[in-house]
Amino acid sequence: MQLETLVIQFQNKDPKAFEKLYDMYSENICGVINTIVKNSDISQEICQDVFVKIWNNADKYNASKGRFFTWILNIARNAAIDEVRSKAHKNSKQNLSTDYFVSILEDNNNLDDKMDAIGVKKFLLNLKDKCVQIIEMLYFKGYTQKEVSEELNIPLGTIKTRNRSCITQLRKNVLG
Amino acid sequence: MNIEEYIASGKLELYVAGLLSNEENLQIHKDAEQYPEIKKEIEAIEAAVRELSRSASPKLDNNMFTAIKRRLNLLDNPKVVQLPKQKTSWATYTGWAAAVVLSAGLLWMYNQNKDLESKIEVVSQEKVDLESKIDNANNSLLETQDLLNTIRDKNIAVVALGGQTVSPESYAKAYWNKKEQKVFIDAKGLPEPPDGFVYQVWSLKLNPLTPTSLGLLEDFKGDENKIFALANANNSEAFGITLEPAGGSESPTLEQLYTLGVAASS
Repeated sequence: MQLETLVIQFQNKDPKAFEKLYDMYSENICGVINTIVKNSDISQEICQDVFVKIWNNADKYNASKGRFFTWILNIARNAAIDEVRSKAHKNSKQNLSTDYFVSILEDNNNLDDKMDAIGVKKFLLNLKDKCVQIIEMLYFKGYTQKEVSEELNIPLGTIKTRNRSCITQLRKNVLG
Repeated sequence: MNIEEYIASGKLELYVAGLLSNEENLQIHKDAEQYPEIKKEIEAIEAAVRELSRSASPKLDNNMFTAIKRRLNLLDNPKVVQLPKQKTSWATYTGWAAAVVLSAGLLWMYNQNKDLESKIEVVSQEKVDLESKIDNANNSLLETQDLLNTIRDKNIAVVALGGQTVSPESYAKAYWNKKEQKVFIDAKGLPEPPDGFVYQVWSLKLNPLTPTSLGLLEDFKGDENKIFALANANNSEAFGITLEPAGGSESPTLEQLYTLGVAASS
């Protein structure tokens, strides 16, 4: 079935369509949340909240404004950031440590052993540390290009193309 | 439009990240619908990001979606199934409640009915008792009237019997119907005889003193009006009442003469 059709059925409050979308996206959503909260139980709790929120706000999604995945990615990211900030410590994106994927590559000690660190490593093969950071910040942490440029000390104008080449390498790894 | 340049610009990657403006998003959405290569490229970028995010996911609890549905009241299509269920259970509860109330009501009414029946029984018994009392009173009235008529008879001679030495307070009256040869003794003025004794009434001739027994005042205690009818065929000159041992005596015990009265000579 076409994703567009499925999304429309879901927006018409069809629980079966909702379940299919859950099957398609639950690991993505919970994964994104986990890169931020770094705790598998809390991640799953937030993940539940996010799907509840998605169902309740289904009518707010508008396909002309972006991909369905992008919409739920944004909801998940915000929910996870809210969780970390509510516990926490300091009220800035800089304190959402950006080292999730990097730390998998370097040192797995801090991470939940339920995760498939080997799979992650495979996907990140041949990716430069900067690439991993750019992808993590832009997709999983909700940084703007400007924020990435400041954080990583990269000229703003080059973020778009650098990200493009990083994603291209990621696509090769994923396909391979 | 140069599709390759468009794709190589890197804005499709930013589109998937959600980092473009509304105008840019709208434009790319239109372009993607128009050019399949663009749509394909977007889907490929999205797929790669999704794979990476999937690799960061913890092992998900199998019941998670059920938990989500529970939170959203989506389990077992509650609108279709639970509503009639609730209806049934509502009706069932109401039914049982009604049955309990009805049973309690019936039991209460049964008890009330029993109670009333027993009250009616008591009242009917009382009615019977009252009727019987009225009957007795009527009889008593008749008897009294009868008695009154008897002593008012023109043939009656009244003889007052005065108390004697042994019992000066005692008195009695004799109503003597010579024609019918009957005498009625009103013994209300006599004390109750002691156990084993009985009053005996005597007709007396005075010269010489000759007593003739007229009879005993039997069941003195039980007789309410203390009026006793005795036969008297004698040409009596006086009447006396003595206390005698039960069964009476042949001749009067004069020491125990309670009352005595002389009849007017006829």
